[in-house]
Amino acid sequence: MDKLSLYGETFASRLLIGSALYPSPAIMLEAVRASGAEIITLSLRRQNPAHQDGKVIWDYIRSSGCKLLPNTAGCKSAKEAVTLAEMSREIFQTDWLKLEVIGDDYSLQPDPYGLVDAAKELSKRGFKVLPYCTEDLVLCRRLLDAGCEALMPWGAPIGTGQGLLNKYNLRMLRERLPDTPMIIDAGLGAPSHAAEAMEMGFDAVLLNTAVAKAHDPVAMGGAFKMAVEAGRAGYNAGLMLARQTASPSTPTIGMPFWRRQSQ
Amino acid sequence: MPPEIEITLNGEPTQVRDDALSEVLQACGYAGVGFAVAINGEFVPRSAYAQTKVSAGDLVDVVAPVAGG
Repeated sequence: MDKLSLYGETFASRLLIGSALYPSPAIMLEAVRASGAEIITLSLRRQNPAHQDGKVIWDYIRSSGCKLLPNTAGCKSAKEAVTLAEMSREIFQTDWLKLEVIGDDYSLQPDPYGLVDAAKELSKRGFKVLPYCTEDLVLCRRLLDAGCEALMPWGAPIGTGQGLLNKYNLRMLRERLPDTPMIIDAGLGAPSHAAEAMEMGFDAVLLNTAVAKAHDPVAMGGAFKMAVEAGRAGYNAGLMLARQTASPSTPTIGMPFWRRQSQ
Repeated sequence: MPPEIEITLNGEPTQVRDDALSEVLQACGYAGVGFAVAINGEFVPRSAYAQTKVSAGDLVDVVAPVAGG
């Protein structure tokens, strides 16, 4: 069976999904179920004890039955990310972590230096770190050296829905790190983007906004499920090589109306 | 009764008794297990709440689960 393997655990689904931005918690749960995702991301924020809104969404997320992947979204330094990771581990009782260290508020581009520092420290502390990173080969190698066993390069900036912006780098990353589980995280807007990432040989995709902000999030969850499965099946089947010139698929031998031209 | 001190709780100036973190949290309405705490940017494990003293000027953050991507 062609399963996704991350930190010694296997998953039938190659789609990881976020829990934010849905019209309601009930629609979130239904969309997650429609997507077939087995891993769901969530986060931590300051809580006022008078407001229990967080508890409602937390109950819905738990009832999804998915494996929890807490993130460190919004952290701007390794220190902040490490502290938030420890808080996550205590609340969610999991070593798994989607590590985010943001270096630019406008593009939400990961800070490569903070990311490596945080990954080193968190790996030392026993976390299973899945870093949200750019598609930079050298950064990815440093993250592996820091103890990460999987990587999550971006397709495009978070929430943009632009798809795979730097296919050259992504292809090179896949070729140069053939044995590292890699999940395309962020920037996917359409099921075709997810299928393309899977056809390129990436191991999985992680998305949120594309499903949550669709006109019908539940239907879109199902659409992404099919796209990820189709893309993976296509990759496994082996894509033909693209070429510049036309080549007829119908045999040319035996073509009627043809005759040798007299000289 | 311990004297009052001012801390910053989740970004807001807050008057609390000069006491252990466990007492301060309870007085501020935090109960159960669905939250985690950091003081001045350092994680404080739940097992240390009773022995951790809150001091004037401390930045106390209490976080709970939210949806995330």
